[in-house]
Amino acid sequence: MKRIPLVVTLGLVAAAGYSAGAWAQAKEQFVPVNSYWVGPYAAGGSGIAGAMIDYFKLLNARDGGINGVKVTWEKCETEYRNDRGVECYERSKKKGPTGATLIHPLSTGITYSLIDKGTADKIPIVSIGYGRTDAADGRVFPYVFPMITTYWSQNTAKIKFIGAREGGMDKLKGKKIVNLYHDSAYGKETIPVLDAQAKIYGFQVTHIAVPHPGNEQQAQWLQVRQIKPDWVILRGWGVMNPTALKAAAKVGFPRTKIMGVWWSGAEEDVIPAGDAAKGYIAAGFNAPGSNFPVLKEIQKYVYAKGQGELEDKSRIGTIYYNRGVLWGILTTEAVRTAQGRFGKGQPMTGEQVRWGLENLNIDEKRLKELGAVGFMQPLKLSCADHEGGGQVKFQQWDGRQWKVISDWVPSDQKLVRPMIEASAAQYAKEKGITPRDCSKEK
Amino acid sequence: MEFVFFVEVLAGGLLAGVMYALVALGFVLIYKASGVFNFAQGAMVFFAALTFVSLTEAGWNFWLALVVTLAAMVLLGIATERVVLRPLVNQAPITLFMATIGLTFVLEGLSQMIWGSQPHGLELGVPDVPMEWLSQRWNVNISQFDLFAALVAGVLVAVLALFFQKTRIGRALRAVADDHQAALAVGIPLQHIWAIVWAVAGFVALVAGLMWGVRNGVQYALTFVALKALPVLILGGFESILGAIVGGLIIGATEKLAEVYLGPFVGGGIESWFAYVVALVFLLFRPEGLFGEKIIDRV
Repeated sequence: MKRIPLVVTLGLVAAAGYSAGAWAQAKEQFVPVNSYWVGPYAAGGSGIAGAMIDYFKLLNARDGGINGVKVTWEKCETEYRNDRGVECYERSKKKGPTGATLIHPLSTGITYSLIDKGTADKIPIVSIGYGRTDAADGRVFPYVFPMITTYWSQNTAKIKFIGAREGGMDKLKGKKIVNLYHDSAYGKETIPVLDAQAKIYGFQVTHIAVPHPGNEQQAQWLQVRQIKPDWVILRGWGVMNPTALKAAAKVGFPRTKIMGVWWSGAEEDVIPAGDAAKGYIAAGFNAPGSNFPVLKEIQKYVYAKGQGELEDKSRIGTIYYNRGVLWGILTTEAVRTAQGRFGKGQPMTGEQVRWGLENLNIDEKRLKELGAVGFMQPLKLSCADHEGGGQVKFQQWDGRQWKVISDWVPSDQKLVRPMIEASAAQYAKEKGITPRDCSKEK
Repeated sequence: MEFVFFVEVLAGGLLAGVMYALVALGFVLIYKASGVFNFAQGAMVFFAALTFVSLTEAGWNFWLALVVTLAAMVLLGIATERVVLRPLVNQAPITLFMATIGLTFVLEGLSQMIWGSQPHGLELGVPDVPMEWLSQRWNVNISQFDLFAALVAGVLVAVLALFFQKTRIGRALRAVADDHQAALAVGIPLQHIWAIVWAVAGFVALVAGLMWGVRNGVQYALTFVALKALPVLILGGFESILGAIVGGLIIGATEKLAEVYLGPFVGGGIESWFAYVVALVFLLFRPEGLFGEKIIDRV
């Protein structure tokens, strides 16, 4: 047999190796997991990010990825800081064969910092349950997706729920509501919509700010006691939540009349408050509990093999964990939708994933296939509507666990959508953006 | 009615001030003995409370968990002296201050690495609810727990005052505080004294951590309570235990009254920075604080 020169052999091996590597690499969909595992908000960051990774692991182990494309990820610690969030974004945006699929900033502040960058780089900035509300107008914000339910939508659903508890929306006239908010951009986000609703329904709203981080609220709750409101809306984050519940107990305000937003409604918000949290009600866009098929699959394919992301398995089924699974579902379903148009079994670019997000349609049938009926609401996005769902479930803490106490309560889109469009139009004017004509989008 | 409300705000502020003073005491102790502003005091509060609550949640008996946590704080004090402070003897105070900043991050990371980042609830058997008789008779809400915290702070101050004034170690601590070099020259073992004072500061951090842990839950945000202690220290003086208490009371009462009576005119949420305004205004008239030692530099 003729001998093949060593150099040629090495060259062939290297080429084959490169080609195999390139092929393997090409069959990967890279998702940056920028979150926070240390610091004041680590409980939320670690739970959500861990669950999202668990869902990716489930897809890889059970289905071989998304139509054969393995999901890959890399964790980056943002510490919930804007500068770190931007650094993580820059570090991860070009990784993987097609760059970052999309970015979950996991912070309203970081979301604001990334709007221009994501738009320029054609990478979707997905803020599920937080972020800039008027970015729901996809004509002005083509690469920003405040999905499932925005803060404004949530707020209108809360007033609907309070109205129902009071015996009808007409019964809200003359009622007093205190909006106890975290003194930050996040906290102030719902003031305009609450004021608008107060005018429509005739209730009196008082906004009381709690300075960051909210670990001292005596003065605020004495003010609440003096006002004697019918309801208190708690728009807190982190330590502000248990402190508020404790302070409410101190002034004798009933916890059954405190309505928290979904960033005030996790186990981590109530357990530190102990008995003071009993009866407290909070909004949610995902259900609590571990009895959903998708979670059982994660237990079976991931945790049973010792590959779970969280050390404490008891966190499966908690609010933050389930929220992270929901993020995983939306992320991978957007990729799957994009593959349907741009090439099944191929990794998608950020631009293609944006199309996938705008054409995402998760109906009851698909929810059943995903093992997530009742776990999350059906949603359908479009070029103009980057929100998609707009519904809220309410839950009550019984001292041990969250109990769901309502069905999906729709938001008041007749009120919210015009406000979103007006605010987005103002933004477009300030930035010199010409809104997209969605009728021309394919 | 308005007067009763004013009294309630004032009382609430004074009692909140006691909680601030509990944290401020830890700063004072270390500053008295070493002239170092210990930036890590908030992290020590967090570490102590998290260790204690994690042990009790693991099924340990309350008192055993308390003793073990105290032992951990003493060990931490000794380790800090050995690893951080000893190599920096006779260095400028700013160098020691920077070292405590580093210690802060190490402690915060270490705490979460050992015990995790999940928040915990903490109960000490004294309910944080208003006393009914006071509420029903005068319509004034004063929490039982606030009074308990005030009692604990009072006992702590008395014990520390006795320790500093009446014991040999206490006198040695004061000598070291006055002049490191002179104290060394007369045979006072500086390293031992520093280790002791850091251990005592660890004990104070544990007490403060338990009180604040009941109020807010035991979580990372406990590190922020140190920020509440700074205006107290500016006002009360960095070397005075009594100053920490009086400063705490003044800051607590002033910030609550400001939040309730001035806040609504400027959009609210002013208490966190208003305390610093009070402290800074105070600095203009008495830079050493109410009970601090007057600084005279010869030039």
